[in-house]
Amino acid sequence: MKVTLPDARGHFGRFGGRFVPETLMAPLDELEAAYRSARRDRTWEARFRELLRSYAGRPTPLYFAARLTEHAGGARIFLKREDLCHTGAHKINNVLGQGLLAARMGKTRIIAETGAGQHGVATATAAALLGLECEVYMGAEDVERQKPNVFRMKLLGARVTPVQSGSRTLKDAVNEALRDWVTNIRTTYYCLGSAMGPHPYPMMVRDFHTVIGKEARAQARRLIGRLPDAVVACVGGGSNAIGLFHAFIGDRRVRLVGVEPGGHGLASGKHGASVSGGAVGVLHGTMSYLLQNDDGQVTEAHSISAGLDYPGVGPEHAYYYDAGRFEFEAITDEEALEGFQALTRLEGLMPALESAHAIAYAMRVAKTLPKSKAIVVGLSGRGDKDVHVVAKGLGIPIE
Amino acid sequence: MSRLESVFTRLRAAGERALMPYFTAGDPSLELTRRLVIEAARRGADVVELGVPFSDPIADGPVIQRASGRALANGASLRRVLETVTELRREIDTPLVLMTYYNPILAFGLEAFAETATKVGVDGVIVPDLPPEEAGPFAAEAEPAGLDLIYLVAPTSTTARMRMIARRTRGFVYVVSLTGVTGERQELPKDLADQIRKLRAVTTKPLCVGFGVGRPEQAATVGALADGVIVGSAIVRLVEERAASPTLVRDVGDFIAALKEPLRTKR
Repeated sequence: MKVTLPDARGHFGRFGGRFVPETLMAPLDELEAAYRSARRDRTWEARFRELLRSYAGRPTPLYFAARLTEHAGGARIFLKREDLCHTGAHKINNVLGQGLLAARMGKTRIIAETGAGQHGVATATAAALLGLECEVYMGAEDVERQKPNVFRMKLLGARVTPVQSGSRTLKDAVNEALRDWVTNIRTTYYCLGSAMGPHPYPMMVRDFHTVIGKEARAQARRLIGRLPDAVVACVGGGSNAIGLFHAFIGDRRVRLVGVEPGGHGLASGKHGASVSGGAVGVLHGTMSYLLQNDDGQVTEAHSISAGLDYPGVGPEHAYYYDAGRFEFEAITDEEALEGFQALTRLEGLMPALESAHAIAYAMRVAKTLPKSKAIVVGLSGRGDKDVHVVAKGLGIPIE
Repeated sequence: MSRLESVFTRLRAAGERALMPYFTAGDPSLELTRRLVIEAARRGADVVELGVPFSDPIADGPVIQRASGRALANGASLRRVLETVTELRREIDTPLVLMTYYNPILAFGLEAFAETATKVGVDGVIVPDLPPEEAGPFAAEAEPAGLDLIYLVAPTSTTARMRMIARRTRGFVYVVSLTGVTGERQELPKDLADQIRKLRAVTTKPLCVGFGVGRPEQAATVGALADGVIVGSAIVRLVEERAASPTLVRDVGDFIAALKEPLRTKR
């Protein structure tokens, strides 16, 4: 399958596009032109590559998780170690790309939305590195839940603005960032954190993360001697998943599985599984699957993982799901906690709760497969940030 | 000629400007929205805009965000707003325009919505997150049904975009006066006259200015430039403040009369 998506208007089949107020239309055209021009500029490209190497710490290794494999008792499990990236997650790839683009466009101020705080911390990091003013919108509820990350952003020089509207979580932080951008369009760059939003964001964010899959594919060939049988990644907005999957799309025999947050279970209605449990609609500038009621009102997502607590999903995921290329599965909060504990105890690797969803699914599916099979799992981030949430989830009081 | 077109033709002939008040439907209740719209029509509104509440109103400032939240909590929905229009059509023939984000229309079904809206007497629809580039499927249902799809231009729109939008819009061009969200402002943007002049150069369609217009003297300034004045947040804020007052309907009516006054024929 030759990959030439999105089309000139930013559509992935019936998904994607640019559903935004008119004020943003011309600026999005400018952004797209600036992005394409940057990617053709060898100096810019070289600077991006160099930052990925010497600042973010790329390439990240592919690691054979021997004890986890033994525990699951089936297919071999390999981990793509994005948790080793600077700031502790894959998010840095995207913010370095967008930060360099903002600087190239002559913007002096960069804004971002954040849920758990990972993208906010990454954006504040890039802003510090590049000397840009930075403001991060964060749902008031999330500000309460993620105090250490709020402080990290402040240490990095960013202003953190709690969002009091709506459900006071990630979705509302995106709304507020969009409102800021509409207002300050001439000076401000909006650094969107996932492969979602209006065109060109889903394309740009994907492109900045495809390095994950390119590395993993080459590493798998060296380590396994062939391509893996399945590649698994967690999906909120879907940035680490599209980054990991993209290089494998043409490899028809490699299963590509996105793992959505099942929350309390799909039947409970309290989950964040936009593909498995949502319907097609428009939110935050793009057409994709989203959680909504019969009146077309967007409903709240529920997940133990703040980074997956989003009612939509990137349009490219929706496209490849409809095309039958990507599969989507849901993992509940409880299963994610089991995955978190298993990886921590068996490998000494504490995964982000987001990534723990992918780990839990990989363990489940590895069991059903023979030892000759191999699974690559995106370990998208490290879990230090989640210890409080895990303690609460396990009912263990800590200070 | 559509009901919207005939209003602007009549006003132009009389040298008058249109006043277009906006109400968030369902705030404080659909019944009060119905009474407010009837009062608005009686006190000088030439067109009434009914906002369909949405969970994620990215083009709206705090006042309309709060109103949308209250309306949704009160059970308002696109379907129920259409029922309110049915009731209104028994009492007034003022053109009614719905302002709604795209997702509620998508969930209703494009064809079903175009058909139902026209049948109950909606004249036009403004969809702030549906630029012409994405509007093809909806326009294909709305236009044959006789439902005017009204597009917006912004201060950031290029000349090429202004021309394209002015060509495609039906009824009037919604001129977003500023880069930002809906809400009252102390001052009108300085480059508004310039923006209107550029638009006049590419279209003869009526131009109605919204975003940031909230006081009678601002309405007067805008009325000197454009064909119509859209007032949203200032009215919604008044509704919020007086929601529980027995004089709510009359107070809002007085405000609408004051906004319309400078837009009437002077002679």
